[in-house]
Amino acid sequence: MENFRVLVVDDEADFLETIIKRLQKRGLEAQGVASGEAAIELMKERRFDVVLLDIKMPRGMDGIETFRELKKLQPLTEVIFLTGHATLESSVEGMKLGAFDYLIKPVKLDDLLPKLAEAFQKKNAHDQKIRNYKIQQLISHPASIFELEKDDFFPED
Amino acid sequence: MTQSVYKRLRLNIIILILLISLTPFLLLGGIISNEFSFMFRNGLEEQIKYRARVQANAVDLYLKGRAAILTGIADLHSIDSLVEGEELAHVLGIISARVGGIVDLGVIDDKGQHLAYVGPYNLHGLNYYQERWFAEVMSKGLYISDVYTGYRQIPHYIIAVRRQENQRAWILRATIDSDAFNLFVREAKVGQTGDAFIINREGVFQTKPRFDGKILGESGLNPSLFGEGSVIERTTSDDRRVLLAGCWLKNKDWLLVITQDAAEGMGAFFSTRTAQRIYMAIGCCAIVLITIFTTHLTVRRIEKSYQRKDEFNAKLIQSDKLAALGKMAAGIAHEINNPLAVIGEKTGWMEDLLEEEEFQKSPNYQEYKTSLEKISLHVDRARKIIYNMLSYARKMEPRLEDIDVNDVVNQTISFLDNIARDNNIKIEIDLQPDLPIIAGDQAKLQQVFLNLINNAIDAIGKNGQVQVRTGNKNAHITIDIKDDGPGIPKNLQRKVFDPFFTTKQTGKGTGLGLWICFDIVQNMGGMIQLESEEGRGSTFSVTLPIVPPQRK
Repeated sequence: MENFRVLVVDDEADFLETIIKRLQKRGLEAQGVASGEAAIELMKERRFDVVLLDIKMPRGMDGIETFRELKKLQPLTEVIFLTGHATLESSVEGMKLGAFDYLIKPVKLDDLLPKLAEAFQKKNAHDQKIRNYKIQQLISHPASIFELEKDDFFPED
Repeated sequence: MTQSVYKRLRLNIIILILLISLTPFLLLGGIISNEFSFMFRNGLEEQIKYRARVQANAVDLYLKGRAAILTGIADLHSIDSLVEGEELAHVLGIISARVGGIVDLGVIDDKGQHLAYVGPYNLHGLNYYQERWFAEVMSKGLYISDVYTGYRQIPHYIIAVRRQENQRAWILRATIDSDAFNLFVREAKVGQTGDAFIINREGVFQTKPRFDGKILGESGLNPSLFGEGSVIERTTSDDRRVLLAGCWLKNKDWLLVITQDAAEGMGAFFSTRTAQRIYMAIGCCAIVLITIFTTHLTVRRIEKSYQRKDEFNAKLIQSDKLAALGKMAAGIAHEINNPLAVIGEKTGWMEDLLEEEEFQKSPNYQEYKTSLEKISLHVDRARKIIYNMLSYARKMEPRLEDIDVNDVVNQTISFLDNIARDNNIKIEIDLQPDLPIIAGDQAKLQQVFLNLINNAIDAIGKNGQVQVRTGNKNAHITIDIKDDGPGIPKNLQRKVFDPFFTTKQTGKGTGLGLWICFDIVQNMGGMIQLESEEGRGSTFSVTLPIVPPQRK
């Protein structure tokens, strides 16, 4: 799971700080922000494979809104919702909108890591499919090489 | 209310109704009976007075007839023709054969000397000059005597007439047959116990009464008590009540008295009165029975209606409590979850760090490790408890359904119809047709309406009107619930939505109803407002957004 990038969005600072440290310790490239707005700002600059997104954030954008925005920026990024009981319906709503899964808080790392791994795999498979498709395109239409972007050459970046 | 209250209520109603219905009934019965008795008694009195008058006339005629006969005989004869030979006996024979009622005849000269006599007694040669009646007849010309014994020593009466023949006056005297006279007088009697007799001015019997007395005996009656129109009542020696009416004869100081046994005369009345009393008793029984029966039914209905209301209130209170509990549990659980998550993460982080080499060398490594494991274990335990709590609370969580607000209002009112009817409260419904369907939790919305309409009914108490109106304005559905109860004072209006605020009796309300309503409506993205004026009633207005409310 090296080189996979995960973004954690949660307004509870203590929780955020700790989970980031623990994920990093397990070799993931993890980053945390405390609000939906900050997440969107960050995702305009960096690509993330998986976003752990708290649904209930009373100040500013909530989880669902953030989800819609970040999917516009990075449609292939998988999103796992972190949810409390009271917001279970919203999580289901999020699933319908295309989230990968949801976890009920408080989350145990032992539960979280397998979910992350699944999400990475899915994202990876997806990326692979797209690369393959693009290679096929390139073979059948060599001229389309000019339409490729930098990311298509260096996906690991 | 307890049983004893209903018992007292029942008793009060019964007493009141019985008083109201029996008093005039008995009064009327009494008055009718009294009037009837008065009328009957009057009739009876009139009747015996009339009989006394008629009989007195008859006796008058009887005496007058005899006197006329004597006068006629005296006028047609000279004293000499009567005294001599058999003429007097001849005349008596004719009278006895034609008229009767005369026992003997005598002729007396102006010196009082009895000149001639025919009859059963030996009265020849007696002189009446000293007798009182002699002077009377000589001066007045006609004399009818009271009963007296005279020379013969047996009670009798006489009629005497005077004849003025030239310079000489003489008297023709007859003795009236007292048996025949008695029978004649007594003809006026009626019934088994009635009687008719004559007394003189001193109250002495002039004819023999049927019971209790003999001729010339004291009657014990005071003749002056009998005016022309009065009836007197007295009790006889054998304890019977007797009515007496008297009438004076015209040409004699005699009082004809008719007696009538009161019990016998009033017999028809007494049997009528008995029948009336039986009917009255039956009527009273019927009134009492019907009163008890209907009161019983009425009180039972009241009791049932209170029971129904109490049960309904209890259910509503229970559901309010559950909703409040769920809301509280969810709130608490949620607030605890966050710190718990942090504790869990921090513990995990410490466990992560403990695995590093430098810590493993620490002499207390095992202690740290065990402690952290325990913390993790208990965080997990707390997490499960909260999970369970939230699962319970989740049952109270709103579900999303399609709601037709009018349907919900109608359903809610159908629950409350009976209670409203029991308290004579009219629920008027004015629903705007074709309200848009909104998303929300139907059961919760129903609870809101139940609470609000039930409060309205409670506020009115008895006799009034609740208006429920739905409408659609500014992309919101409005539901107004208006009552004509006493209204809510200004200083309390702000508090009604606070938890545990209640004006109801302890045990009748928790003070959570309106708070829950407020919460439910707020969760649906709407609001509740109160408009109230003391003495004018209150209106609770619920506003719900038509778009499905955003879930938080």
